[in-house]
Amino acid sequence: MRLAFLARRLGFYLAAAVAAIGLNFLLPRLMPGDPSSAIVEELERVSGQQVPAETLMSIRAIFGNPSDNLAQQFVDYARQLSHGDLGVSVVNFPVPVADLVLQALPWTLLLVGATTITAFAIGTLLGVVAGWKAGSRFDAILTPFTTFLSSVPYFWVALLALWVFGFVLGWTPLSGGYDADLPQGFSFAYAVSVLHHGLLPAATIVFSAFGGWLLGMRNMTVTTVREDYVLLAQAKGLSPRRVMFRYAARNAMLPSFTGFAMALGGVVGGALLTEIVFSYPGIGYLLYEALQKRDYPMMQGVFLLITLAVLLANLVADLAYVLLDPRIRAKG
Amino acid sequence: MLASWKVRVGLSVLVFFVLLAIFGPLISADPRANDITSISEPPSADHLFGTTQFGQDVLAQTIAGARGSMLVGILAAAIGTLIAVLVGVPAGYFGGAVDNGLNFLTNLFLVMPVLPLILIVAGYVQGTGPWVIALIIGLFGWSGGARTLRAQALSLSSRDFVLAMRMVGEPHRRLIFCEILPHLTGWISAMFLHGMIGGVMAEAGLAFLGISDSGSISWGTMIQSAQQQSAVLRGLWWWFVPPGLCIALIGTAATMVNFGVDEVSNPKLRMARRSVLVRTRKAVEA
Repeated sequence: MRLAFLARRLGFYLAAAVAAIGLNFLLPRLMPGDPSSAIVEELERVSGQQVPAETLMSIRAIFGNPSDNLAQQFVDYARQLSHGDLGVSVVNFPVPVADLVLQALPWTLLLVGATTITAFAIGTLLGVVAGWKAGSRFDAILTPFTTFLSSVPYFWVALLALWVFGFVLGWTPLSGGYDADLPQGFSFAYAVSVLHHGLLPAATIVFSAFGGWLLGMRNMTVTTVREDYVLLAQAKGLSPRRVMFRYAARNAMLPSFTGFAMALGGVVGGALLTEIVFSYPGIGYLLYEALQKRDYPMMQGVFLLITLAVLLANLVADLAYVLLDPRIRAKG
Repeated sequence: MLASWKVRVGLSVLVFFVLLAIFGPLISADPRANDITSISEPPSADHLFGTTQFGQDVLAQTIAGARGSMLVGILAAAIGTLIAVLVGVPAGYFGGAVDNGLNFLTNLFLVMPVLPLILIVAGYVQGTGPWVIALIIGLFGWSGGARTLRAQALSLSSRDFVLAMRMVGEPHRRLIFCEILPHLTGWISAMFLHGMIGGVMAEAGLAFLGISDSGSISWGTMIQSAQQQSAVLRGLWWWFVPPGLCIALIGTAATMVNFGVDEVSNPKLRMARRSVLVRTRKAVEA
């Protein structure tokens, strides 16, 4: 039964991955504009004359010919993908998209990974406490406050923080992921500058994200607190802290936990806006630049990466759910 | 429902912004007028919210932005809710192969990362009007709602009254429109509210990324032009604080309405009032 469930989920994610790749292939071809024509237009604009036929041919050899038939284009695209080839960036020609993505990836993984975990930990912990004593002063202040927090646009918080801490107080740098004067590498000064630059973006992400975890965990805790087994644990005279965390929180955590697994999938593309506000050299900023300069291959490559990461995380979340929730295990 | 203070406060804030969107531009100054004698000025008696770098009145822009943002929000919510109903209700009602197909579609949209997807699409169709922006947001934002509606329609269609009418030979269309949908209005309106806020936020996000109707004024385009003109680095806080605050206010108001409605339908979530708590504690101690 369990195996059948897993097989079905696996099948779904495979289909979803195929759909994502198909979408990624079709979107640019259905929409007005394609990389080859974009380059040709740009060249003609800069040089002021028509692009010669040979140049047009070689541009199309690299970026694809929009007049090829669709099936042929897809075969080419799939062959490229299977080699891990995401095409060549138009703006940073001739650097492969894959290289640029790999360069940006660690920045995003570090920043968003660390902040996702931190926000989850803080939010869940506070949520348990708020839900445990629903209606207490702690709950009555914290819950409405976080409701407000979760409705504030992300990038706006980041802008405010940048203005207050970067501009007015001057505590943090105004942009970038590291001090450009320092040589990149594993030196102490470099590490310090990376931390210094990352602190404010990280703080803003945690600040705007922990509220969601808090509210979810609070409401789940409120419901579990009234379960009989919690009452029994209390009647047995176990310490309140033990009852709160081992009995109530542990059972309330399941939805939060799957949410967390999914949030980890969002790590790759999760902080688009934050990265843009702080000009942080991650995946989000890469996508933004690609978008502004109409670097189609780059847009597609980044999007594919983000989508596959999200699909993978969802699969993991599904699997974790099976492992964690005995009810699903039994039903299959 | 109005008994809950959360619903009352939330609704009043929402109504205020809707009225502002409708009537605001009639009474406020011209948001596009450039007053070159007052550029980048902090709030004063002349310009209550200060002026932008182009000498435009921030208050007038914020009011005009209400219309731009709400329009996209409402359009996007209408489109998203409509798709959610069209996909979710038949899936739950008919079951079988229809359900399999529609449910797959829903799950697919559910797992796709929406913001990057919207970005890419919006990036291809650059410089578009509010309709296209709303269409894109609605097109990619219906899946959660469809899943909820599917579950509800599923449970409704197996209730006795629906089964009985099926046996009598009522046509499906009539059953869906006259029996199923009326029972879902609560869910659908909550969904619409949620979608509207999502739409306002998404529009702001897109505008911030430079993807929006360049001709119109919305809270998103205000924040974006503030960012573009380095308002942060020059300390022009009055330029980007009001629009963001408005979005936050609307979002909070909608959440409060939802919370209030949840608490009415699920009393377990209801917070005991402090006065009640104190009284109980005293009674226990006595």
